[in-house]
Amino acid sequence: MTRTLFEKLWEIHEVALFDNGESLIRIDRVFLHERTGSIALQGLEEKGRSVANPKHVFCTMDHIVDTKPGRSDSTQMPSGKDFITATRNSARRADIELFDLDSQFQGIVHVISPELGIALPGSTVVCPDSHTCTLGGIGALAWGIGSSEAEHAMATNTLRVKKPKTLRVNFEGALAPSVTAKDMILHLISCFGSDGGAGCACEFAGPAVRELSIEERMTLCNMAVEFSAFTGLVAVDEKTIEYSSNRKFSPKAHLIAAAIDHWRSLKSDENAVFDNEITICCNDIKPTVTWGTSPQHALSIDAFIPSPLHIENAETKESWSRALDYMDLMPETPITSIKIDCAFIGSCTNSRIGDLRKAAAFLRGKKVSPWVKAVCVPGSTQVKKEAEKEGLDEVFTAAGFEWRESGCSMCFYAGGETFGPNKRVISTTNRNFEGRQGPGTRTHLASPLTVVASACSGYICSAEN
Amino acid sequence: MEPFKTFRGVGAPLLRENIDTDAIIPSREMQKVAKSGLSAGLFAGWRYKDPISRQINPEFVLNKTDYQNTQIILAGKNFGCGSSREHAVWALKEFGIKAVIAPSFGRIFLGNCIRNCILPISLPGDQLKELISATEIDPQKFLIQVDLLSQCIEVVGLVKFNFEFDQASKEILLEGLDPISLTERSSREIINFEELDRENRPWIYL
Repeated sequence: MTRTLFEKLWEIHEVALFDNGESLIRIDRVFLHERTGSIALQGLEEKGRSVANPKHVFCTMDHIVDTKPGRSDSTQMPSGKDFITATRNSARRADIELFDLDSQFQGIVHVISPELGIALPGSTVVCPDSHTCTLGGIGALAWGIGSSEAEHAMATNTLRVKKPKTLRVNFEGALAPSVTAKDMILHLISCFGSDGGAGCACEFAGPAVRELSIEERMTLCNMAVEFSAFTGLVAVDEKTIEYSSNRKFSPKAHLIAAAIDHWRSLKSDENAVFDNEITICCNDIKPTVTWGTSPQHALSIDAFIPSPLHIENAETKESWSRALDYMDLMPETPITSIKIDCAFIGSCTNSRIGDLRKAAAFLRGKKVSPWVKAVCVPGSTQVKKEAEKEGLDEVFTAAGFEWRESGCSMCFYAGGETFGPNKRVISTTNRNFEGRQGPGTRTHLASPLTVVASACSGYICSAEN
Repeated sequence: MEPFKTFRGVGAPLLRENIDTDAIIPSREMQKVAKSGLSAGLFAGWRYKDPISRQINPEFVLNKTDYQNTQIILAGKNFGCGSSREHAVWALKEFGIKAVIAPSFGRIFLGNCIRNCILPISLPGDQLKELISATEIDPQKFLIQVDLLSQCIEVVGLVKFNFEFDQASKEILLEGLDPISLTERSSREIINFEELDRENRPWIYL
């Protein structure tokens, strides 16, 4: 009987199947951060429970920490320090490894988890953070959970989960040079809606996905949650094996051969049957940008802002009108006529070294528009150091970008970092919700290439123009 | 956890699609490492004209006299999408919300509801609208009755719908079970599984 990649991963980790339809799934790694992980550790303590296997639980400081150079425990959000110190103390008491502010391995949880080999192909990884699905890019079965479920995973090494349905998205054809994984996922969500993958384990496949680097596959899987998927997944190939073989927590020398043998089996069988399949022709994808307040409000860069007048469904009409109002945009005007105030490169979606290299290659010898405030926040301290070794920081700063310490920063407002009310931001992040980047801040999601091109022109535009 | 009990309450319509957890509780409202003290921040971006001064927005449904003591939110599809923050559910619960009725929910939000004894009920859009029509003339008088055991919601004498509900979640809610204690009953199976798994995938065990 043929099986999908997801079914293989599920079977490997299924401890028990209960009569009520739930499975007990073995969890290989739990990752925490100071925003939601602190409360999970505290919750366990309050219930008098302990972490069953502290060696399999990790924690980082990313969500609330300041990213300005010379940072300390203090943040722009007055209570931010409480989260940082509470997390530090809880992590110490639980005896779990913490990548603290001063650690050379500190960074955004979903950037450092594969970077350090904590998430591995075929491993189950959970984190009280919705973008945990990012790790599907290396063929890990990873999904976001709440703080109570994180307590469950830490106390028992398992989670009770109902097996999701499977969906395969086939990306056929090839991408044009200025089109990236970010454009692929925004395009998919704009075509099928922000609930288009509802509850599914969604495998991204096809020739265009095989061509992507591991980092780009992580970008693709990162926004699976914006598609309402249970998680995103990409089959393991030689690129994955090379990526995951030589990391800090990768299998040791005497185990690596067996691990690689196992990893090579982590792909869907040729005739595996999915509950649903979608095919996207990549030749049709252009650089894609959001105009509204949901990731599904995305359009090709050469399109026009849509008008709610032509919409029949009352709820959609209302949501488009609200979105246009919040975003302060006029229907039926070109996307490329939108003047921006700020540009942001960062977040678990697009802050890895490959993203920074692409952005810097475009920026070399160019200047950010005089009216644009531009900020680049590397995804991890290791990414930052590598970029500095390659001189990318100088390219960014010479062009007019601020160069910061690693963290989630302006992806959202947890640490109080924001461009401010009514500011219009072109951003490599993953959510354009109302107020996500701070009260009244207006977000346009795009790829790093589109962000740097727009930063230079002062208007939303693609790198090819 | 307290078992879920049948109740009647005021239902307030908030029929936007994709109401995300950032909207339910903005990040800036999560000020303590605690599960409490969150209700004042519930829907802060909409409930207040200015979230800092807390000047009330009289247009927002939960601020209207007709919808005082709301216990049920009637929402558009994909309610609770976005961030995994359980604070969204803690804020709703502290505010007094016992059930949310919507065509669909964000997956993590749904799981968080179950673990905090809030009932997430999926109901098709047309039935949801009938429910709202039945209550909106006088929401304080036409209360919605929510019965999980029989999987039924009703405005007595006006409308009555059955809803589907996951069996495992139903057990947890009706019996007030603690999922960790439940799983601890399987500890022998977990140990046996790990012994075998350690042989098959030794690199996983640090």
